[in-house]
Amino acid sequence: MSSELIVSVRQVHKTFTVRRDPSWWQRLRGQKREVNIIEVLKGVDLDVHKGETVVILGSSGSGKSTLLRCLNKLETIDDGRILVNGHLVGYEERAGQLVDEKASVTAKKRTDLGMVFQQFNLFLNKTALGNVMAPLQDVKKMSREEARGIALENLQKVGLIDRKDNYPSKLSGGQKQRVAIARALAMNPSVMLFDEPTSALDPELVEEVLAVIKAIAAQGTTMVIVTHEMQFARDIADKIVVMDQGVIVEEGTPDQVFFNPKHAKTYALLKRSGLAVRPPGTLGEQIGEAGKL
Amino acid sequence: MEFIQSVIGYFPRLLAASPIVVQLALGAMALALVLGLLLALARISKIKALRVIALIYVEIMRGTPLLVQLVYIFFVLPAIGIDIDPVPAGILGLGLNYAAYLSEVFRSAILSVEAGQTEAALSLGYTPSKALWRIVLPQSFVVSLGPIGNYFIAMVKDTALTSVIAVTEILKTANVINAQTFETTAVYTAAALLYLLISLPLSRIVSALEKRARVHV
Ligand SMILES: Nc1ncnc2c1ncn2[C@@H]1O[C@H](COP(=O)(O)OP(=O)(O)O)[C@@H](O)[C@H]1O
Ligand SMILES: [Mg+2]
Repeated sequence: MSSELIVSVRQVHKTFTVRRDPSWWQRLRGQKREVNIIEVLKGVDLDVHKGETVVILGSSGSGKSTLLRCLNKLETIDDGRILVNGHLVGYEERAGQLVDEKASVTAKKRTDLGMVFQQFNLFLNKTALGNVMAPLQDVKKMSREEARGIALENLQKVGLIDRKDNYPSKLSGGQKQRVAIARALAMNPSVMLFDEPTSALDPELVEEVLAVIKAIAAQGTTMVIVTHEMQFARDIADKIVVMDQGVIVEEGTPDQVFFNPKHAKTYALLKRSGLAVRPPGTLGEQIGEAGKL
Repeated sequence: MEFIQSVIGYFPRLLAASPIVVQLALGAMALALVLGLLLALARISKIKALRVIALIYVEIMRGTPLLVQLVYIFFVLPAIGIDIDPVPAGILGLGLNYAAYLSEVFRSAILSVEAGQTEAALSLGYTPSKALWRIVLPQSFVVSLGPIGNYFIAMVKDTALTSVIAVTEILKTANVINAQTFETTAVYTAAALLYLLISLPLSRIVSALEKRARVHV
């Protein structure tokens, strides 16, 4: 792709420091505070261009969520650079060092990124419509009428106009996730981030959410999607990246990744979901389960 | 029969003292709500000094008797030049004391709101403080309503303690009447009944409010 670069991730490193404080009597017996530093992202590079759909695959614990959360600074980074529309999010650079910027500046930049969470995170005390309207009024400072208009438009897109007055407790998981998508979309971000949007759903509700995401992609929305739904990934992705233990081990078009995986980890993932075609490095002609794809 | 009549006979004079009870309870509750919220925010603040100050305040207020605190404000403060009238002293004492308890209510209510709510707000462009005020606190308030209501009822009853700092509320009035008539049983039975008449409907109102507020959370 030669079009405009929306997200650029360069050599990003991220560690978590896990502290375990001894209780007072353990301390009396001379036990020291335990400090564990775990490296979760070990030099990640990723480009997302305008209109592109990038799917991130990888087994649990490989750092997919952390990478996504670093993009809008829900997590800090230790090293490297992340640019969204050419700007650092959450930092300014001083003498080559990343320094935290003012919270209000970060907040403004975050409106460039829409995020959809595995657990939906709808505001529990607001209706579907209220959820979509709230950030338009609170953050974008729109009037009530204007916010309502845009919110209804976006609820329409996800097919939930008739549920607009329902509170989250009166919505199914699939409906909640569609409201969450509408809420993020209504802010008109440059890129939408999805972190396992269907992993918390009952199997029969997965399809309605995937269909909504596909429809949004079809309108040319730039997206980064973490998912375990292989078939969906293959259908929707312009680019697939595979993460393992904090690094990107494979990157390519769906056809490249599915038909000709270069990394054993990719093959293992595909195999587990019954979509493996041929192990890395082999040139076997039998396109085993290609029919399924 | 005669006993019941004399109990009822004392009602009007005791009832005349009830506006002071209302004034004490409402004033002290307003103070306790505002200060309690500020203390709760201090307790969860990123600034350690604020956390420590708030914790010390809460521990002192909860670790000493309310009666002693009232006496302190009314009889000890004048010694260092701070003279406060009985009713304001009562409001201050009750309010400062209940703020400590309400701060615990608010604090646990705030912590009970899932982190995902704040994260969603932040991801949508709310600043951390706007996420707190617009998203987290409204939900915590709903969770707090029941406990706040119960503390309010307890406070109404605790207004009786202000009788020792010369507030002419119900108990003090009963004391005065008793000194004149010596009908001890009837006078104090009337006073007790009056407190019951005030707090029973209040607890009904509290549980109704709580039920209504909790519908969606
Ligand atoms: N807040 C945290 N504190 C400590 N460790 C964390 C935290 N968040 C994630 N981790 C660790 O980082 C690694 C990557 O986690 P995550 O990004 O959630 O992986 P994925 O989304 O690919 O399953 C895991 O080992 C996880 O235990
Ligand atoms: Mg994850």
